[in-house]
Amino acid sequence: MSLATVFLQTTNFIDAAYIVAFALLIYGMTGLTGPRTAVRGNKIAATGMAIAVVATLLRKGEFHGSSTVWLIILGIVIGTAIGIPAALKVRMTAMPQMVAIFNGVGGGAVALIAWVEYRHHFGGGWPLRSEIFELFGAIVGSISFWGSNIAFGKLQEILPGRPIKLPGASQTVLNLALLLISVVSAIILCAGTHSQALFILGILVAAAVLGNAVVLPIGGADMPVVISLLNAFTGLSAAATGVALSNPVMIVAGMIVGASGTILTNLMAKAMNRSVPAIVAGGFGGAVAAPAGAAGDHGGTVRSTSAQDVAIQLSYARQVVIAPGYGMAVAQAQHAVRELERALEAKGVEVKYAIHPVAGRMPGHMNVLLAEADVPYDLLKEMDDINPEFSRTDVTLVIGANDVTNPAAKNEPGSPIYGMPILEVDRSGAVVVLKRSMASGFAGIDNPLFYDPKTSLLFGDAKASVSEITSEVQAL
Amino acid sequence: MDSLVIDLAILVLAGFVGYTVISKVPNTLHTPLMSGTNAIHGIVVLGGLLLMAESSGFLEKLLLVIAVAFGTINVIGGFFVTDRMLGMFKGKEPPKTTEGEQQ
Repeated sequence: MSLATVFLQTTNFIDAAYIVAFALLIYGMTGLTGPRTAVRGNKIAATGMAIAVVATLLRKGEFHGSSTVWLIILGIVIGTAIGIPAALKVRMTAMPQMVAIFNGVGGGAVALIAWVEYRHHFGGGWPLRSEIFELFGAIVGSISFWGSNIAFGKLQEILPGRPIKLPGASQTVLNLALLLISVVSAIILCAGTHSQALFILGILVAAAVLGNAVVLPIGGADMPVVISLLNAFTGLSAAATGVALSNPVMIVAGMIVGASGTILTNLMAKAMNRSVPAIVAGGFGGAVAAPAGAAGDHGGTVRSTSAQDVAIQLSYARQVVIAPGYGMAVAQAQHAVRELERALEAKGVEVKYAIHPVAGRMPGHMNVLLAEADVPYDLLKEMDDINPEFSRTDVTLVIGANDVTNPAAKNEPGSPIYGMPILEVDRSGAVVVLKRSMASGFAGIDNPLFYDPKTSLLFGDAKASVSEITSEVQAL
Repeated sequence: MDSLVIDLAILVLAGFVGYTVISKVPNTLHTPLMSGTNAIHGIVVLGGLLLMAESSGFLEKLLLVIAVAFGTINVIGGFFVTDRMLGMFKGKEPPKTTEGEQQ
């Protein structure tokens, strides 16, 4: 063995490589503070990850045993063969599913590693500290794996989006019981038992059922919160595995993900005016037992309009704000909307986009969908920046958004969404709502905005309507 | 110092660093942030690599190959999809030639 090889295999060298790796991961993440630096940041983080993997493979004795190399290569090849095509092919509308399933896969890896690690130490000889963290990883990783698969199923519409739950309080009782089984089994294992194989399986199974039981009752509308929460879970379980294996890169990387998931979870819950425990405890469906009067008493008439009238309205405006919702993405209208924006800009109209934090199925989803349609990110305004501008806006165009523009959230204490921060579109000079039909939004709540005298509705498929408006604008 | 104390110190410090760094990420980039963190929690692949040499028996090896494959999906898929997504974000007056470069 040459001197260089010996040097590369020393613990000091590998530890140093680990430190470089997590420094690059952190530095890469700081690049995500702006769209200009983000691409480079992502590449820096990827470099850090590559260094961590290579350093691990350099360890002395890593390739002990003839099959080890091939098994590692096999795992990496399978992972690459699945990961690359998925990453290159996924449509931007399907990003939430992709992130959900990736969360699950990470959690699954943690659970499997914990299981193997545990099998190694049957009969003791394992420091309690490693055992505790590994068991934490097993429980949380397993919950994350199964919960994420359910979230994936719901988003992919393999499973129904509506809450699936047991009647009354039995769901909560079941969840608590499963959690209790997992934790108690973990304590028994730590205390020492002869039936280790049984208890570790018990933990994994109980946590798996718990993952299913927690996510199944959550409605489609709450998915942005669920995905963020599962993201945090996977991160924390990875960090716990890092402590168990005393591996600093795993600890740092896991905690970054844990922090990110936690921040996003709180942000989403706040934007929906819901508390995280309330979401986890049960579906949105249950909360909509609204006061009976609330839905019906706006009863006024709606004013419908034509594409031609909208085109005239928009062309003579000074400032137009477009408020897109997930409905726009469903209708695949992003590119048509971008065309309309260009046509209006050609006429000297200032156009901005108002992006509600939960417009879409995951945090920041709408921004990606519009970026894909080549909308410059400078035109995308966050809720807090755009709300003061509505009073100076001549026309607001609401496309496929409903609940996030519902003034009932501000004015009607009885409304189920009362207190939710909204885009205050009703303060602009005129509002045009593009709608497929008079059906209520995702949350099933009536929207008084539609009955406002300054609101007019244009019925039809969003994409067709927008294209029609665009050609009318160009013809003017 | 006991190595557990050191590990826990790293854990706590990393938590604060993560919180500070991620707090500065704007709403616009939250979806790429999530797919990027998908890639980063793929770090668990290291666990699979570390244990592979010590593993014995078919079951353990099978579980670890799956774990390594899962971790690799996270790392490779996560970084690629994030790169693809971030490439779509353009400022005003986007250059018209960059389309299709990632195909």
